[in-house]
Amino acid sequence: MALDKQTVHDIARLARLHIDDAETEKYQSALSNILSLVEQMETCDTTDIEPMTHPFDATLRLRADEVTETNNRDKYQTVAPDTQDGLYLVPKVID
Amino acid sequence: MTITTLSELAQQLSSGKQSSVELTQDYLNRIEESKHNAFISIDPEKSITAAKKADERRATGDTAPLLGVPIAQKDIFCIEGTLTTCGSKILENFVAPYTATVVQKMHDAGIVSLGKTNMDEFAMGSSNETSYYGSVSNPWGSQEQPLVPGGSSGGSAAAVAAQLAPAATGTDTGGSIRQPAAFCGLTGLKPSYGRCSRYGMIAFASSLDQAGPMTHTAEDAALLLNTMVGFDSRDSTSLELPAEDFTHNIDNSLEGLRIGLPKEFFSDGLDSEIAELIENAVRTYETLGATIKEVSLPNTHLALPSYYVIAPAEASSNLSRFDGVRYGYRAEEYSDLVDMYTKTRTEGFGEEVKRRIMIGAYALSSGYYDAYYSKAQKLRRLISDDFTRVFENCDVLMGPTTPTTAFAQGSRTDDPVSMYLNDIYTIPVNLAGLPAISIQAGLTQQNLPIGLHIISPYLQEAKLLNVAHKFQQVTDWHQKTPTISAEKGDK
Repeated sequence: MALDKQTVHDIARLARLHIDDAETEKYQSALSNILSLVEQMETCDTTDIEPMTHPFDATLRLRADEVTETNNRDKYQTVAPDTQDGLYLVPKVID
Repeated sequence: MTITTLSELAQQLSSGKQSSVELTQDYLNRIEESKHNAFISIDPEKSITAAKKADERRATGDTAPLLGVPIAQKDIFCIEGTLTTCGSKILENFVAPYTATVVQKMHDAGIVSLGKTNMDEFAMGSSNETSYYGSVSNPWGSQEQPLVPGGSSGGSAAAVAAQLAPAATGTDTGGSIRQPAAFCGLTGLKPSYGRCSRYGMIAFASSLDQAGPMTHTAEDAALLLNTMVGFDSRDSTSLELPAEDFTHNIDNSLEGLRIGLPKEFFSDGLDSEIAELIENAVRTYETLGATIKEVSLPNTHLALPSYYVIAPAEASSNLSRFDGVRYGYRAEEYSDLVDMYTKTRTEGFGEEVKRRIMIGAYALSSGYYDAYYSKAQKLRRLISDDFTRVFENCDVLMGPTTPTTAFAQGSRTDDPVSMYLNDIYTIPVNLAGLPAISIQAGLTQQNLPIGLHIISPYLQEAKLLNVAHKFQQVTDWHQKTPTISAEKGDK
């Protein structure tokens, strides 16, 4: 399956990536090749097959509703690019 | 050069022949002198402090089996206070604020961490060439012909093969432990999904990722696995299982072992020399009392296509956390929030990671979910059912780990799909969640190692290690080492 340039840019935008015009063809061709590989899936009829979401079909564990984690905010924020008063700083979103 | 095993080192330490500090310093010196680029970072002071602590524990009568033994850690594992990059620019400055459970367990057992090994960026790659920190030289290559070590755990494999560490940790999402183990002549074990906690192990594809040991011998893999496994409430898919000593039955007889050879693992694309060496290895098993029969896993050809939907889909979701807000790299200049996200990710991720994120985003996008992700998960069940069926009449399956030996650096970087074909034999195992091991089973005429891939039913790692160990008792392939030039790091 061949993706057109616009689709490559649309996917990039969904993924919050920017693909330069100069690079578009390279990505277009690589992604199309990968999708051609993926399309081999269609050779197999999977009607009535239950999707397998995990290697074993176990249900997720439940635990008692108790506080188990302590507050590590200050420690975890030491690796953040920009913080103030315990908050993560980002560019202004609302005027 | 001869190999040095964990069990030998453990003996030297317990007999007092060497202290952990001396041993750790020796390996740190080797790492500093080597030119393989196998490590992204080392922290000698921290390693020596841990070694001192191990020596003190021993002085007080502690006899933990691997107390004071140093090993290398793949740079995908968070270790508190230690740079943890996952091979990516986006985590170039990330000093982890907590420690992965698997590493914590090893530290608690007295194991000393030597440093963080190089890897494909976010474990996406089969040659270690997608690392932001440069490619790694396979110690079996030469200056004239530099070879890849495999990937994604390429730095771990090269480190152990070049004797910069006696063992290392790896992670395996589609073959990332077994393929580099095969390319570098090592033993590499991917445990059953759920055996080792994924907490603190940077996520690639969460329903496939699993940590495991990379060593010279099956016995060492068993010793290391003993310290890595166990239930962890912080990993929602961690299994609650009774404690097990993986060395306990390692020497059991293989009389009557039923080996299945899936014919799909010996089809087109397999190097003929590898096919021959695998046949020789299988014959060795016959002399050990095993019976051999051909079996079929008819949906094997669907594994690669479904993997390249499931893994990128899960990756695109997992990697959305890298947005420049809470940790890691943030772009220097941006106009607004979305621009900051976009620039941060565009500058921070490498090409292969971007390709996979985009494939994943596409497969999960509105209107495509059923055609891609849901379809892939249905195929996943068919692939898993194939294994269940053949294991009704077989104890283990065998085949080659890889279709070729280690290839030249730069030879496959232009074509992602040709790179993906490296993992055609290893990927079905991850989709089914099974354990599997690769052991060195021969050398080609070009003096390159090849891997024998052994697969067992779910949770039968002890059986796998037993089967691998018995082979290593009657053959010496695992003791073969690269030539001296590699030892000196003359690359």
